Formats: sequence, C-alpha cells, structure tokens
Amino acid sequence: MEANIAVPTDKKDIWNGGGGKPFGASYGKMMMWYFILSDALTFSGFLAAYGLTRFKFIDTWPIADEVFTHVPFVHGDFPMIYVAIMTFILIFSSVTMVLAVDAGHQMKKNKVAWYMFATIIGGIIFVGSQAWEWNTFIKGSYGAVKTTEGKLLQFVKDGKQIALADFVIGNRTDGRVQHTKKNGLWFEEEGTIANYSVAQVIQAYNANPEIQVRTELIDLDKKQKTILSREAGSVMLARTDRVVEGANLDENEYGNTIFADAFFFITGFHGFHVVSGIAINIIIFFNVILGTYEKRGHYEMVEKVGLYWHFVDLVWVFVFTFFYLV
Amino acid sequence: MAHAHESNTKRIWIVFGILSFITIVEVYLGIIKPAALHLQGMGTSWLNWIFIILTLAKAYGIAWVFMHLEGEKKWLRRSIVWSAVFLISYLVTLFLFEGGYIFDTLSPLVKW
Repeated sequence: MEANIAVPTDKKDIWNGGGGKPFGASYGKMMMWYFILSDALTFSGFLAAYGLTRFKFIDTWPIADEVFTHVPFVHGDFPMIYVAIMTFILIFSSVTMVLAVDAGHQMKKNKVAWYMFATIIGGIIFVGSQAWEWNTFIKGSYGAVKTTEGKLLQFVKDGKQIALADFVIGNRTDGRVQHTKKNGLWFEEEGTIANYSVAQVIQAYNANPEIQVRTELIDLDKKQKTILSREAGSVMLARTDRVVEGANLDENEYGNTIFADAFFFITGFHGFHVVSGIAINIIIFFNVILGTYEKRGHYEMVEKVGLYWHFVDLVWVFVFTFFYLV
Repeated sequence: MAHAHESNTKRIWIVFGILSFITIVEVYLGIIKPAALHLQGMGTSWLNWIFIILTLAKAYGIAWVFMHLEGEKKWLRRSIVWSAVFLISYLVTLFLFEGGYIFDTLSPLVKW
C-alpha cells in the first residue's frame, strides 16, 4: 500500500459515499470520534481554566462539600450524596446505551428500542437533577455579608455554619425597597434585594455572643475556613456594606464569585450536552421503532449516538472529580 | 470482526460494577476525608492523587469498554487517545503553573 500518495489511485482509501473505510471505521463513526476529541479539548480548556482560577485563589477557594450539601425532599446536611446519585444515574444510562448497541449488533430491534428508551429516561432524570442543583445553588441556604473590598463573611455557631434567618430577627428594617421601573428610573432595574440590612445583621451579631464570623481564608493546617474571635469578627463586620443571599454571576454567598461563574459555566455546558444528547437519542429511538436500521441492515447509528452519550458521561466523571471532590 | 456479533452483556455489567465501586470509594473518601490522606501529600494531598487516579481509571473503563476503543484499529485509537492525552497534559500543566505563579505574586498583597 502506497501510504504516501496524496491522491489514491485504487479508490481503496477515499470516502466515496461511504464505501472506503480508513482505519476500518466508517466515515460517520470516525468523524464522531474526531468531534468527540475536539469537544474533549474544549472541556479540558474549561476545566484547566477552572484549575488556574482555583490555584490563583488557592487559600480562599470555597470547599465544595460545604457548598453542595442538599438532597431533594430530605432535610439536613448530606455533602456530595446527591451529586454521587447523579453520577450513578449517568453511568447507568451509559450502561443501557451500551446494551442498546450490543442488542443492535444482534439485530434485536425491540431490545434496542427498550434500552434506548431507558437511556433517554436516565438522561432526563440527570438534567432534572442538575436543574434542581442549580436552583438550590442560586437560592442559597445561609446568606453572608460582604466587605467593601469584596471579602465574604459567613456566620457559624459551635463551628457549624448557620443561616442569617436563624439569628437575625424580623424583616428588613431600613425601609429599603427594590428598585423597579415603576418606582424609579424607567431605564434601570435592580435584582431582588436581600432580606436583611447590614445594620440588622451586625445588631443581631452583637446580641448573640455564641455566633462567630468565618472568613474565606483557609487554615492550611486543618484545611478548614478560619473562624474569627468575637472581637476580630466585630472589626471585620464594621467593614461590610452588603448582604449576599444565594449566588449568581455577580455575587456568591459561598465564597469567590468566580466559583459560581465556573459552576454555572462548566455544569451548564455539560448540561447542554446532555440535553442535545437526549434530543439525538430521541430521534434515533424513533428511527429504531420505525425500523429504519432494520431495513438498512445494521444499527451503526445507535453506535454513533452511543459514542456521544458515553462522552457526556466521560466528561461528567471529570467534572465530578474536579468540581466536587478535589 | 468476530466479536462484533457475540453478546458482551456480562462484561458490560462487570465494568458497570467496577465503575460504581470506584464512585462509591470516591464519595466515601470525599465525605470522611481521612486526615492522614487529606492533610499530607506530595504537590497536592494524597487524597487528591487518589481521586485523580481513580478518575483516570473510570475514564479508561468508559472509553475502552463502553466506547469500544479496545476493538478499533490501533492507529484510529492512537489518533484519538494520543492527541487528547498530549494536548491536555500540556494545557493543564501550563495553566496550573500559571495559576500557582499568579497566587504567589498576588496573594501577599491581600490582607486577611
């Protein structure tokens, strides 16, 4: 075989409508692989950028298992449990996908259809879980205050973080109302304002001697956030100018704002992949039912969307490690 | 290829078992964070090294068995895996070094 000839003469290694198979792979399968390769590089770019940012703020980065502690329908503190369940769901839907491919090799149409169906359901459950996770993250659970120079202060009682609502009494007292188009400048809007004013929080802090202030700074010997003494806490609180509840692209009650940005960006981009994977799976599912691949004589399309679906799972394995575990 | 038409169902479930087991170990370690692994290490904590190695093991399982890289022609596999491995190692190395450098430069300027 003359591998160094640019224009093949024997039509053996050109893709003339699908006949030629370099590397023994069909055009579609090979291009799916190279698409996955480029997509993998995109995700690595995101995760590497996350790594850079985290290294840049290594002494103040939020501790993930203090951030993701909720499980739907259950009260209490369960670090990482729900993310682990989501990981299982995705791995399991990967298994049903590979079983569909396997059934396709044996030309068992009904089996392929059922496994595809299970895969789609798994994907939908995963995206739903991700949406719930986002909702919980955006709403926030504790609330914090921020100093003028952008340092975030949280509150702890007996070493455990407590919510503003647990020790600040009553509604917002400074009479501040949300700026809307109706009551203010018609061309400007304001997001939801916090439930409490800074003065109220400081007053409640002074009234409760058992409450302490926790800063973002990580104590490297214990790998835990630093808790300030009552006096040092008062000094820090005097420098605060706003209350932060929940997280968005501008503010984040869990710590560094860019942590929230990276969370939305990376899990959002992954979630987008899952959604498009579900859409493609649904199309292929209907093709299976209609007997398209039965007529074609092979189920290679199932194999190709399977590759994409496994890739989505593969990415999640890395997101799980680098966002939630490490 | 001969294996294309025989059923691999049993093997798939075994791999699923391994992947699940690894995930359980990861989550268990992530929750209890044993001090000996969490507070000491080389470069980063031992715990982080364990997480990274287990993650790579999972990725291998998914790519080789589920995505069926093991059955592809050697050079198709290499064109995919080698490209990814070399480019990503390069990218991550540069980025993490840079992040560490920015930290060394900027963090002394922040007073806590």
